[in-house]
Amino acid sequence: MDILEKLTVLTDAAKYDVACTSSGVDREGAPGSIGNAMKAGICHSFSADGRCIALLKVLMSNACAYDCSYCVNRKSNDVRRATFEPRELAELMIQFYRRNYIEGLFLSSAVVRNPDYTCEQMVEVLSLIRNEYRFRGYIHVKAIPGADDRLLKALGLLADRMSVNLELPSHESLQLLAPDKSRESILVPMGRIKTGIHENRTDLVKHRNTPRFVPAGQSTQMIVGATPETDYQIINLTAALYKKYELKRVFYSAYMPVLSGRNLPALDTKPQLLREHRLYQADWLLRFYQFDAAELLDEKNPNFNPLIDPKCNWALNHYDQFPVEVNKAPYEVLLRIPGVGVKSAQKIVRARRMGSLDFVDLKKLGVVLKRAQYFITCRGKPAMGILNHPDAVLRGLLSEQGARLATPVMEQFSLFDDSRSTKEDLVKCLTGQI
Amino acid sequence: MPYRTDIAYLYDGSFEGLLCCVYESYYQKELPAMIFHYETVQETLFPVKEIVTDVVAAEKVERSIATAISKEALRLCRVCYFSHIENKEMAILQFLRMGYRVGPRVTSMLAHDVVRTVTKAAQNVQGESHFYREFLRFSEYNGALVAIIEPKNFVLPIIAPHYCDRFPSEQFLIYDKTHKWALVYQEGKRSLIPLDDLELPEVEAEEAQYRALWKRFYNTIAIEGRINPKRRMGNMPKRYWAQLTEFQETGIEDGSGAGK
Repeated sequence: MDILEKLTVLTDAAKYDVACTSSGVDREGAPGSIGNAMKAGICHSFSADGRCIALLKVLMSNACAYDCSYCVNRKSNDVRRATFEPRELAELMIQFYRRNYIEGLFLSSAVVRNPDYTCEQMVEVLSLIRNEYRFRGYIHVKAIPGADDRLLKALGLLADRMSVNLELPSHESLQLLAPDKSRESILVPMGRIKTGIHENRTDLVKHRNTPRFVPAGQSTQMIVGATPETDYQIINLTAALYKKYELKRVFYSAYMPVLSGRNLPALDTKPQLLREHRLYQADWLLRFYQFDAAELLDEKNPNFNPLIDPKCNWALNHYDQFPVEVNKAPYEVLLRIPGVGVKSAQKIVRARRMGSLDFVDLKKLGVVLKRAQYFITCRGKPAMGILNHPDAVLRGLLSEQGARLATPVMEQFSLFDDSRSTKEDLVKCLTGQI
Repeated sequence: MPYRTDIAYLYDGSFEGLLCCVYESYYQKELPAMIFHYETVQETLFPVKEIVTDVVAAEKVERSIATAISKEALRLCRVCYFSHIENKEMAILQFLRMGYRVGPRVTSMLAHDVVRTVTKAAQNVQGESHFYREFLRFSEYNGALVAIIEPKNFVLPIIAPHYCDRFPSEQFLIYDKTHKWALVYQEGKRSLIPLDDLELPEVEAEEAQYRALWKRFYNTIAIEGRINPKRRMGNMPKRYWAQLTEFQETGIEDGSGAGK
């Protein structure tokens, strides 16, 4: 099989992994080497599905020894198999990097022969890239559950980020769809990585030249929509992962029916993209807006409102805390205004020191008032013609959406442009299928 | 004494030259109606005064901005100077005049029109520079890497440190087709040179192979069930596509169409 074919097979098998971020580590270049890394990360392209391409995301091999029912690479599935030679993959990655196609490598693999052998192959690729090509750019590597600790450690010293996929949000779902994997087999390596990072931190204090272990932290992903968990369960799980395992990111992936199976959703199931989008919005509220999982949802309201974003939803349920006076409210309170992001809040704090702000000033600062206008006052006054009753606010927020709904929109959802939905999804939302 | 305003300045187009305009404006008590350089010069009824670039005066102004206003103000002016907005010179002059009046807090007066013009222009330059850290592609010709960009702002000086740090052992050239300048990096040294035209030789076989591989990767990584052209366009504006390898012919037959 030539390299073009191999690349096709092993990219196709890797594409369902969501994470493609190249963030979390700052590393300058050095003479005689190649590459550097920027803390914020750099996307180099966007594929036709609108997702960022930052890393060469491939599997080392798709010749899997396991037979997980939900996985395309399962042993019993009739697909083309391919395996990269370590040097072949290293050379390809470096050549892509030189041309500024990518920011680095995202290496994962099916289990070839056994976890240890697979892990050894991956270590070989990474050490070629790091030691022979002297690459200082970004590497994200998948930990192979079940591999020896020594190998896991070797991987972590060569990579910037490691991840172990949680796959499904609960133990029961895991038993149903991936009986070969147990919750423990996933959480154990996750815990080891966390300990590794901690130990490394103490070592770094003692010896400045200690090689760094997973400096960009670890991440995970889970599939939503294949099993019956509620948003409440998922968000609580997410918050626990951030707290207990100190993860840098949790990714969600709307279930894509690519296989049929006894326990799997039917092949014509539509991916729950709106739900995925709402979960990401809530995830941001946890990480950057100082929200608690318990504030966003509870057992009585276990799912996000598909019609409005989680922050709006929270604000409407806590309308007694509004309106907020823009000129006086502390930064943390500004952050909780729907439609006001981190940047806007920072700008407001900075600009109001120079003189009090009115609505025109806010617009000039670049604060988007579409949603915020219902929740704020400037110098004690609300925006013109704004009603201050939660029901009226909801009507106001929805009427714009209603106007959009009237025109048929054929599109999916973007992380950054919220609350657009297809008619179909809305009908689904309203009938409670989502 | 009121400032004289019925006058236009002509300078050499350099940042130092612009600082000399600021110097002149202060010491001659003039507020020019317009400032242009040799390439943007227009017919005007005002008398045109040619400002000769004097490095000593420029340094004096630079120091005074840093001390009397703030280092951030100076940085803002430098970035804004690379902007493509019309009358950026006047915008910078007005910003500095205000800065000298109110002091360091000028950079926080974000809602003020004079400040906003400069911060917005600077933001635009920084934003586009970041796009050119993302959406820039090199091709290898005879061992050297060459990229072509078509930026609106003059981003080369801003992106130069990034690429020089990233590829210390390479030889590369980034050609700005809009402004007709090139960033050249060779043997650890970088230089900016004016370059009217860039003619590239035929693509070599190995280069064509990597282009084909990249295109194949690009087309394979997208998930069919999530195709979303609008989101792609939002993240990667179409004006960058022309120079991106993934949207170009590779010279090698590839079964999967571009950007399916």
